[in-house]
This record gives sequence, C-alpha cells and structure tokens, in this order.
Amino acid sequence: MAKVLIELVRQHFPGAVLEAHAQHGDETIVVDPPRWHEVATWLRSAAPASMDMLSDLTAVDYPDRDPRFEIVAHFYSLTRGHRLRMKARVGARDGTGARIRSLADLWGSANWLEREAWDMFGVVFDGHPDLRRILLYPEFEGHPLRKDYDAQRIQPLIEYRDVPDIDKVAPFGPHEGMSFGRQTHARRASDDGADTEVFPGGEPS
Amino acid sequence: MEPLDRDLDHSELELPAEPMMLDMGPAHPCMHGTVRTVVELTGERIVRADVQVGYLHRGFEKMCERGTWTQVFPYVDRANYISPMLNNVGFALACEKMLGIEVPERCQWYRMALGELARISDHLTCDGAMAMELGAFTPFLWMVKAREMVWEVLEEETGARLTHSFGRVGGMAHPPTDGFKETTRATLDQVLKVVEECERLLLGNRIFLDRLEGVGPITAADAISLGWTGPCLRACGVPYDVRKAHPYLRYAEVDFDVPVGVHGDSLDRFLVRLAELRQSARIIRQALDRMADSGPVNVDDPRVVLPPKEEVYSTIEGTIRHFKIVMEGLKIPAGEVYSYTEAGNGELGFYLVSDGSGTPYRVRIRPPCFLITSGLERVITGQMIADVVPCFGSLNMIGGECDR
Repeated sequence: MAKVLIELVRQHFPGAVLEAHAQHGDETIVVDPPRWHEVATWLRSAAPASMDMLSDLTAVDYPDRDPRFEIVAHFYSLTRGHRLRMKARVGARDGTGARIRSLADLWGSANWLEREAWDMFGVVFDGHPDLRRILLYPEFEGHPLRKDYDAQRIQPLIEYRDVPDIDKVAPFGPHEGMSFGRQTHARRASDDGADTEVFPGGEPS
Repeated sequence: MEPLDRDLDHSELELPAEPMMLDMGPAHPCMHGTVRTVVELTGERIVRADVQVGYLHRGFEKMCERGTWTQVFPYVDRANYISPMLNNVGFALACEKMLGIEVPERCQWYRMALGELARISDHLTCDGAMAMELGAFTPFLWMVKAREMVWEVLEEETGARLTHSFGRVGGMAHPPTDGFKETTRATLDQVLKVVEECERLLLGNRIFLDRLEGVGPITAADAISLGWTGPCLRACGVPYDVRKAHPYLRYAEVDFDVPVGVHGDSLDRFLVRLAELRQSARIIRQALDRMADSGPVNVDDPRVVLPPKEEVYSTIEGTIRHFKIVMEGLKIPAGEVYSYTEAGNGELGFYLVSDGSGTPYRVRIRPPCFLITSGLERVITGQMIADVVPCFGSLNMIGGECDR
C-alpha cells in the first residue's frame, strides 16, 4: 500500500524524494529539506495519502555525516491504516544551520514534538509559533541528545530568575533551593519583627 | 445584629478587571504528577493556559545510548511506572522486529496476560485518582486495593511490584510460575468485583457526574490532529486501538471489543477506561486458557538469549556465550525501526536506530501521554478553574512517560 504511496509522492514532487526504502516493513522516504513542508501538506490533504495523524517527530544526530541531523517524522492515516516515515537531512557538521519548516500549521501534535526536537537537538523549526525549550529549563546550555554533548556534563546551578512585576521573596532567603541551603536557615529573633537579614553575621560556614 | 461587613467599601472589594495569572503546579495537591499549568483567568474562567512539562526529565534517551540493548529495560520501566510491563513488552517487540525473530507462542500469551494485567492496574490508578481528586476518597482506596491485588500477581511472577524489568529481547526473564493461571483467574474475579462496587458508588453520584459531564470536551478531529491515541482518543468516538488495527502478539486471535465514547468529555474518558478494564480481563482469561503449561518461553537463538546457568558454569561455550551477551550486549543489525504497541495511554512507539554494535545508537520513545498532555491547553481553555482537576485527571498524564 505504502509502496504505491511512495510512487505517488515521486510523481507529484519530481526530484524531491532523494531516497526511499522499506526496512522491516517501514516505508521510508528521504525528502529534500526545502520541500519538507510542501510534501507534508500533500500527505495530509491528498486522498490517497490522507495522513491525518503525525505520530512522532524527532531527530537523530550523525556527527560524522554532512548534513548532520536527520529529522524523522512518522505519519499515520487513521482512515487508510497505513504509515509512512519521512526524513530530511539538515545542518552542517559543526551543528549550525539545522533549520527546517515547521509542520505546526498542519498537525497540532507538531507543536510539542518540534519543541522537543529543538530542546534536545537544537534543530530550528521555522514558522513554529512558540519555539521554547520544553523538557529542560531556559538557562540550560547546549542540546543534550547531540552526540557531542557529554553525558557526564554537569550544568551550572541557576540563579533566581528576575521576573518583572513579581514580588517573590524566597521564604528562607537567597540560599533556598541551593544545595544544603535549607539546613542553615536560622533566623534571628528580634522584637520589632523588622528583621529581613537571614544570616546576620555573614553566611554560616 | 448588624452586618459584619458594615465598614467595608464595596468599590474596593471589586476584583481587578484585568485577567489574573495563576500558577497551578508543579506540585499542586489536586494535580497528580509534576506539571505546571499557568492559567490566565477572567473571573473563574480560563482564557489562556500554558502547560509546562519537564519537571521529571531524567534524560532516559541519552542514558539508553550508553549501555547495551538489554540495559534499556529498566529505563522503559520507569517511563510509565503505572504499567511498566506494557513498556517492557513494547520495547522487546521493537528489538525483536529488528532482529527478525518471533518469541514462542507460550511467551506471546504470557506477555499478553501480563501486559493486560498492567493495563488493568493503569486504568484503576487513573480512574481512582480522578475520583479522589474530585473528593471521592473511598473509590480511590478501593481501586488501589484492587490494584494491589494485581500487583501481587505481578510480584509473584516478576519479583517486583512496580519496576519489574521483566522483559527480555527474545523472551521473558522467567517462565510463568506454576500457580500463575489459578492466581490470576482468582484475582480477576476479585478485581472485577471491586470495579463493580466502585462503579455503583460513582456512577450514581450526582456530584461526581456533574463535575465530569460535558467538562473538557474535545472533538475527534482535534484529538487526531493532536496525535491523541488510547482511551482519550477512543472517548471521542474514534475506535483506534493498535491491538485491533495492527494486531501484534496474538491479539488477532482473541475476542474483545474496543469501547468508544460519544462526547469526548471527561466522563467519557472515565467510562472508556472502566469498560477497558473488563475487556482486559476478557483478554487475560482467553490468554490463560490458550497458554501452554510447558514449553519454551525464550527463543532458541544463541546470539540473543542468555544460556541456562548450568551450561554457563559447566561448559566453556556457555561461559563465552554468557560473557559475550553480558559484556558486549546482543548485536542488533544496523538499521532503524518504528514499532508501536498499545500501552496504557495509547500508542507507545519505539523508534530505534542501531549501528550494528551492542549499544543502541538512538532510542526514541514516543510517549502517548506527551501528546495527550499537549492537548491539555486546548481542553481547559474556556473551562472554569475547578474543571482543570477532572480534565487533567482524565488525561492520565504520567510524568515519567511524558518527560522521560
């Protein structure tokens, strides 16, 4: 079934399909990155494809290849019951220039899946409505699923965020949330209660 | 008696006209799991919501790239810690698809029986927790009691209540115990009795129904576009179940129904899970009937399965084979595969890339509840703030699976 589909994609987009294979029964096409969105639009709307679900979208890092990243999308058609894997290869060897059009305007699921791929691999999705980190925090440095990100690497502790218009004082002073901070929150009892300094005699050692 | 608020100036009591921002979570008492929801309210109505996940991110996909294929099992266990057996089986099937092997029939029935037990425990937890968050504490305790019975069976089989790590590529860690069939049959009867009691307690309760009916509805088209699968999608009336649509193991040979909802609201999601409990029990009964009492559980493939211990300790070939599989890991031919099974929350996909060495090159877990949680924003926008609780509960967000 899906073999016919690959042929149809080839006919509709001459030159866009760079490779096609069906390992373990998973039909796969590799498309030219600039035509990623165009092919996806066709897959969603054309009757023989009608891929109404974007099951999964992720990336794989091949640091020795050029282009370095492979973006992998898995489509599924609930009405027709067939699947297709579509890939595109982007990015230079040093990890820069990995960009591709976002599919968020076609499938709702692309929103979070692309945010995750950006978070983990640093692939930029052009036209994404809200490309923020999703599983990691904004101050995180690097993209951990890249092969050149050392699994042993430790990220620095982050400071309190300076958010405007929020009067938020940590209940146990600036050391709250830091490692071993809570053990020493001795507060000086004073009569007027106006005491705000947490460690009056300097930080306890 | 004079009124208590005589000194208050009512003009000062007015709530500000601009929308109010409210943080729910990441540790909110009525939202299980660690998810932060920033909502913008006018009055009590939510006009905008931002769902932030990632508080339980432990970098599983990175860690999977450091060990052998067998060492991935504990990670997938901890992805969905409510129904780890389904994840175990799903990952084993993905590896077996790449290796091109099929486990013996006895093992397939065994995997199905254990997996459906895990699904029962998953749905009991979700429905129970949902009821508890709406104030019905008794059904929660009863359902957890029933879950405990299921876990006792699983403990008997695997040695662990929760994170079994029981699946293996090419089989299971142990063959079924002698009393497996009898204990499971007896447990199922008890569990279904508890479910019936809970049902009577909840579905005749006006308060419970009022808080669920029509709350957090989603259309089938939206749910499909968001990539929803599992009970949440079926509650919208879409009868997509991997076990029926693309049968794996022996699901094509058993008789079961796929319950669907009508409105796609929180009540339908609750009811679909209750109905699926019974279907799982049906599947288990058939699997137990058809599972042979003796016979091999693991495939007969020296490249994949560890040799029996007697052989390891008495022959040099056995020792070498054991050493190779443990130290180098079993070798999966280079390539890629996307394998999908029906987990507690929907389609659990594994996209595996192997470079032919004993270490996975990339293990992508496609968690069903990541995409379901991404739809929470759409479900709660326009609802009242109190409706966040049943909406969130009915989606059954499992932090470990969502954040990995």
